[in-house]
Amino acid sequence: MNIVVLVKQVPDSGAERTLSADFSVDRASSSNVINEMDEYAIEEALKIKEAHGGEVTVLTVGPAGATDSIRKALSMGPDKAVHVQDDALHGSCAVATSKVLAAALRTLSPDLILSGAESTDGRVQVVPHMLAELLGVAALTGARKLTVDGSQLTVERQTDEGYEVVTAATPAIVSVWDTINEPRYPSFKGIMAAKKKPVQALTLGDLGISGDEVGFAGATSQVLEFNKRPARTGGAKVVDEGNGGEQLVSYLASEKFV
Amino acid sequence: MTVDRLLPTPEAHDLLDLTTELATRELAGKVDDFEARGEFPRDVLRTLGRSGLLGLPYPEDVGGAAQPYEVYVQVLEILAGTWLGIAEAVSVHTLSCFPVAEFGTGKQRAMLPEMVGGELLGAYALSEPHGGSDAAGLTTKAVADGDDFLVTGTKAWITHAGQADFYNIFCRTGGPGPRGISCLLADAGTPGLMPQSPERLMGLRSSAPAQIVLEDARIPRDRLVGEENQGFTIAMRALDAGRLGIAACAVGLAQSAVDYATAYAKEREQFGKPIAQFQGIGFMLADMATGVSAARALLLNAARLKDAGRPFSIEAAKAKLFATDMAMKVTTDAVQVLGGAGYVADHPVERWFREAKVLQIVEGTNQIQRLVIARSMTG
Repeated sequence: MNIVVLVKQVPDSGAERTLSADFSVDRASSSNVINEMDEYAIEEALKIKEAHGGEVTVLTVGPAGATDSIRKALSMGPDKAVHVQDDALHGSCAVATSKVLAAALRTLSPDLILSGAESTDGRVQVVPHMLAELLGVAALTGARKLTVDGSQLTVERQTDEGYEVVTAATPAIVSVWDTINEPRYPSFKGIMAAKKKPVQALTLGDLGISGDEVGFAGATSQVLEFNKRPARTGGAKVVDEGNGGEQLVSYLASEKFV
Repeated sequence: MTVDRLLPTPEAHDLLDLTTELATRELAGKVDDFEARGEFPRDVLRTLGRSGLLGLPYPEDVGGAAQPYEVYVQVLEILAGTWLGIAEAVSVHTLSCFPVAEFGTGKQRAMLPEMVGGELLGAYALSEPHGGSDAAGLTTKAVADGDDFLVTGTKAWITHAGQADFYNIFCRTGGPGPRGISCLLADAGTPGLMPQSPERLMGLRSSAPAQIVLEDARIPRDRLVGEENQGFTIAMRALDAGRLGIAACAVGLAQSAVDYATAYAKEREQFGKPIAQFQGIGFMLADMATGVSAARALLLNAARLKDAGRPFSIEAAKAKLFATDMAMKVTTDAVQVLGGAGYVADHPVERWFREAKVLQIVEGTNQIQRLVIARSMTG
């Protein structure tokens, strides 16, 4: 099975993050890592390859610095990578990014596309759906379990209440949550091997996309201002003067916990 | 504090980065629970094995990473700074692959990929209850019986006893003294090979050693590693390398103690200022840091001699002696810097203090190291 995993480099969600002066994600002042959820997509791709054979390709759209994350991803075991890199991409919205990813995916004609269900920087969760639309393939999103049987895919789609079972035939895109598996650590041999794996560089020109379709110029949404998350405020305090239990229950009831 | 390390290759930096990632993400969150329960972290070792950390010095054709000791000991250092039990397990396992890797027959060496890859865990059974330091006097006896040896005796202080998949059993096949000893490779399932209950230790509780009682344990003759009666040479060669491993554990442990005590002294205020600003504390921290750097320099020098194929045994003994005595002193001082807090198990210096003690004892007590060094000088 020909599998492509979408891998995004994001600022480390465990560190202080902010936006640049132009309201794009600030990548300079933070340490950049593989989007956490994408590691689960890589693991799932490797497990499918181990069970059914095939090839795993990492696809990244991002600046030159994203090479570090591509090598890290390759050190887990994928066979090769494609890196779409173009200065005009700076400031692209989800719609434009999807357009670029779709164009790159057409050159790879995968049976299965895997991605994280969301990125820890944008967190809009729309790219897998947009790609399904642009490529005309099925979208099985938010998976906590994926079963491959020939060309038939069965997914347990995680919801707030439980899960739904959805199926589709390949080609399809599956986005995964961190409940789906436990990503492996790279091995030392994997790190060595990753240095020699092919990374194909593509520009917008290679994909037949013009600069004004992407970046700030082609953005369908615009950030006007941003504020830091407000500091946490103190919650309600219950003083037990004989009716503490009642107060607690009525608080829980008001929050619909009971 | 980040240690500025001069490493021989770019991949050595990658390896230490990987080790740091594993220590941070896989070890740091688990060590306290496993130590408290006294549970052996077999799965954590499997994870390290899959990442390639259990056979670093061995050749690539048997699944190793062909790393020089200079690099391998720094991996141990980083692991020990987080979890001594794991570093010690990696060191002992690596040691337990040594006899087969260096002296094994073709058939024995066929097992190496699984040993070096960590799927099979190894143990090294040399010490006996009445004689740890006097290894040449060991009494566990092997007698030929057809195509097998029947082995009887008791081994003591065996790391991974009851956990290991294979055991290097050093036993007497000839006359008294060092020239009558052989090394046999025994499977865990060998009838008559009986690991006992783990010892109840002061520290290092997640990797407690145990005795192994052997009663007519039947080990096939084709499991003889090296020549008959060559065992003592094999044991000593392995121990020379093992001493570097323990020195590395001491350096890593002490580095963590210095870092922790320093951070604490910068936070903790008395008489209106951080205690680090009192010279009495600052000088202690300076001496601790200097001790760690000096021990690391001795360790790396001995490791580089080994990598260059030069005699390194005496320098390894000096490194083991100095680094472990230093670790005992530094962890003692780290407890002192923290004061009452240092005596409480909520802070890791309490554990490091208990752990440092064992390093002065294992792989040849520090008295034996002094004996080895003195003999090399006075003949």
